[in-house]
Amino acid sequence: MADHTEEVEVRNARAPVIEPGYTFGTVTDKISSIVLTRPTSTGWFVGFGAAFLVTMMLLFALGYLFVKGTGIWGINIPIGWGFAIVNFVWWIGIGHAGTLISAILLLLRQSWRNSINRFAEAMTLFAVACAGIFPLVHTGRPWLAYWLFPYPNTMQYWPQFRSPLLWDVFAVSTYFTISLLFWFIGLVPDLATLRDRSESRWARIIYGILALGWRGSARHWHRYESAYLLLAGLATPLVLSVHTVVSFDFAIAIVPGWHTTIFPPYFVAGAIYSGFAMVLMLAIPIRKLYGLEDFITDRHLQNSAKVMLATGWIVAYGYGIEAFMGWYSGNRYDAFTLWNRLHGPYAFFYWMLLLCNIFIPQLLWIRKLRTSPIGLFAISTVILVGMWLERFVIVVMSLHRDFLPSSWGMYYPTRWDWMTYGGTIGMFLAAMFLFVRILPMISIFEMRTLLPEAEVKE
Amino acid sequence: MKTTPIYGMMAEFDSATALVEAARKTHQAGYQKIDAYSPFPVEELAEAIGFHTNRVALVTLIGAAIGGLSGYLMQYWMAAVSYPTNIGGRPYHSWPSFIVITFELTILFGGISAVLGMLALNGLPMPYHPVFNVPRFVMASKDRFFLIIFSTDPKYDPAGTRQFLQALEPRSISEVPS
Repeated sequence: MADHTEEVEVRNARAPVIEPGYTFGTVTDKISSIVLTRPTSTGWFVGFGAAFLVTMMLLFALGYLFVKGTGIWGINIPIGWGFAIVNFVWWIGIGHAGTLISAILLLLRQSWRNSINRFAEAMTLFAVACAGIFPLVHTGRPWLAYWLFPYPNTMQYWPQFRSPLLWDVFAVSTYFTISLLFWFIGLVPDLATLRDRSESRWARIIYGILALGWRGSARHWHRYESAYLLLAGLATPLVLSVHTVVSFDFAIAIVPGWHTTIFPPYFVAGAIYSGFAMVLMLAIPIRKLYGLEDFITDRHLQNSAKVMLATGWIVAYGYGIEAFMGWYSGNRYDAFTLWNRLHGPYAFFYWMLLLCNIFIPQLLWIRKLRTSPIGLFAISTVILVGMWLERFVIVVMSLHRDFLPSSWGMYYPTRWDWMTYGGTIGMFLAAMFLFVRILPMISIFEMRTLLPEAEVKE
Repeated sequence: MKTTPIYGMMAEFDSATALVEAARKTHQAGYQKIDAYSPFPVEELAEAIGFHTNRVALVTLIGAAIGGLSGYLMQYWMAAVSYPTNIGGRPYHSWPSFIVITFELTILFGGISAVLGMLALNGLPMPYHPVFNVPRFVMASKDRFFLIIFSTDPKYDPAGTRQFLQALEPRSISEVPS
């Protein structure tokens, strides 16, 4: 009997959020030394250099685009949206995990978030920055993009507020601003730590300016905690609203395959799904390379895997409802959209999407896999590919055959489409490389609060 | 003879528990102008030094209300008054279409007010502060806890306050030059 309970306990014992044996001092040293004292490895230079070169390719592709116009892409009528919008939705979705981790999990008192929220928020910022490029250049005349904002002008007119595309402008720019504030305000106490600990004069000055003179006063902490909690409360509906508004871009149109009410929840779930996949793809190599397994433990990997499993099922439910309504609505255009997905010229991508987003991720039910970094990395890659295919299916497959067969067409991306897409991945990675080198990638002060000695005993 | 004015007397502690206890005793002893410093937020500490409420939430509420109201009124004025456009026969004041941007601006203004309000109430950014003159204070952002009694406190007198702090068994005591 005793043996049995012991066995159950062992099975239920979860990996800790932070390995035992750390003190305030060692946590601080371990995280800040990556930025301050440890020499920059050759691997960092190689990785950053490669990502930087790919970023240059992005600038080249964009430069050529500015000279020639969007005709260098594969878009044409009827498929006017193409890669630009596919990539925009994909990137902005990836960003969602950062805010979910930093805001929603804070409100839910999930303390495991403390070791991954900082770099997940950085990931959000960089992903939203990558996302923002696409609709901007897709306008064709990005130098006139400020026309989207309401400002007094000599033409004496104002933007069209009844258009979801304009809602998107406000949603995405608010999202970026609030994410940036959240990230920066979380960094301030850690910047003060770096200011106090750096040896070099310039580092002290720069971190000192950024730390705003933070000194850890009890009054300051009190207000700080209020502001942080309020920001989390504001960011929670915001993160759910951003992808909702993105889905309105589609759902408010009458194109078959777009005009459905399932889009908002299904887009939000898909966003979190791909976002956690990206969190894992970054966390697994980072914790290995910087030896941070004590802070980003198997518990974090497991929990992220479970979030992916749950959101993956919401996404699967979305696909199911789409297919069901295609048949049940009796609308011949909706029915044709379903048929076209299963048997049309792009059917291969739809089947791949089902494989990547629904079938392969079911392997996450296996406990062994949820704790295996290599396995999780592989599945996350598959999910990111699947989520990209989902946006391809939505954007391209709905547009290419809508109502009149005489206006059907096909879409083939050109090399410029691929260079722009690949280029943003390079830009994202280059920004991540810089981030882990110059800022503490794990929140030091929030890690201190996880230690047993942080508790006040009375 | 010229003497540097004194900003306060600072005591250093090893743990959050010790600091909270010391802060509470200092507050109870009648010292009004005190502050405590910790490397992470300690919930009990603000209470211990007699700091109970802050106005960050109020500032955020006002900011959010201004954002939401101005967002809605802006859209109403632009779409129905300044430049009315007939879109598919919808009324000029088509309020359901205005909700999304109203919501976004509520969040945007609320969030910005929360952050700027917090910084302003805290008096930040403030690159120079007398407490940084204490060499040991660099540990305040790592693993040490500090308590200060400001020299502006009516009960402050250099010898007596030092004695009082000594009784709290700190790790060290230093005078803070201003």
